Amino acid sequence: MAVDILIVDDSAAIRKILQRVLLQAEVPLGKVHEAGDGVEALAKLSEEKVGLILSDINMPNMDGLELLGKLKSTDTLKDVPVVMITTEGGQAKVLEAVNLGAAGYVRKPFTAEQIKEKLVGII
Amino acid sequence: MRFSIAQDDLVERITLATKEVFSMMLGGEAVPGPPRTEDGGVGPTEGVVALVGLTGPLVGTGSVCCSPELACRLAGQMLMTEYHAVDNDVLDAVGEVANMIIGNLKTTIEDQFGAMWLSVPTVVYGRNFTTRSMGRHNWTVVPFTCDGMEMQVQMFLTEANDLTKLMRPGLTVLQKG
Repeated sequence: MAVDILIVDDSAAIRKILQRVLLQAEVPLGKVHEAGDGVEALAKLSEEKVGLILSDINMPNMDGLELLGKLKSTDTLKDVPVVMITTEGGQAKVLEAVNLGAAGYVRKPFTAEQIKEKLVGII
Repeated sequence: MRFSIAQDDLVERITLATKEVFSMMLGGEAVPGPPRTEDGGVGPTEGVVALVGLTGPLVGTGSVCCSPELACRLAGQMLMTEYHAVDNDVLDAVGEVANMIIGNLKTTIEDQFGAMWLSVPTVVYGRNFTTRSMGRHNWTVVPFTCDGMEMQVQMFLTEANDLTKLMRPGLTVLQKG
C-alpha cells in the first residue's frame, strides 16, 4: 500500500535526493510533500495526512528536534513515524531524538541502501 | 583545560569527511593535495564559497570553495540533472556538500571535546570578492581534485575561551574588491 510522505529539510537538493532514493529503495510511495523547516512542516500537516516523516535536524525557524517534540505531543500526529536524516551524528543528538520518539536515525551522507534498511521495519 | 586540534589531525579529519561525502553522495572521488596554512584572508576571489559556522568548546568556520564549473558538476552528480550555469539548485547543492563535510567533522570533534553546534550554510557566488575572518588565526586549507578541477576545504578552529584573540568569533566578512 502506497505511503504519503513528508520530507522536511531546508536544502531543496536533499529533498530531491531523498525522493530519488525512496524510489530507488522501492518504497511504495504515494504523495510526497515537502517542507523547508519545522514551521512549514506543521502547516503542511494541518492540511495533509502522511504515513511517514523524514526530517533534518539543523534547520532555521524550527529545528527537527523541536518539530519531533511537537509531533509527539499532538494526538493526531503522535503515531506518525519520524525518521531523522541529518549531519548531526553525535551520540547525544541521536539519544535526544530517540528519547523524543524518533523511529529511526540516518546520518548524512547516506546511501539508498541505508535508507531502505532503515525504512523496512517502519512502513 | 585547553581545547585544540593539531593541524595534521585536522587535515586528516577534513580529508576523511570530504572523501566520504564524495563517495556516498556524489558517486565520485575527491583526491587530496598538499595541505597548507593561510593567515586571515582565505579562499579564491571568485567562484562559489559555502560557509558553515561551528560553536561549542571550539569556535570557527568551515568553507568549501570551487569554480562555477565544478559547482555545476557537483550539483549535477547530486541531483542527476545537467547544470550549465550556477542557479539556486547549484548553490543549494554546494551548501549541502559543505554542510555534510563540516557536519561530519563536527561529529568527530564532539567525540573528543563535547557538544558542538553548526550554523545553517551560507553560500556566496560571484567574482572579485575577498573573504576575511575577524581576529588573528590560521586557516587550514586542504585542496582536492575532483573530475580534474580543484575544490578547497578550509577551516579555522580556536578555543571558545580564547576570545581575546578574536574580535568576533566565527564572523566572516566578504568584501567586493
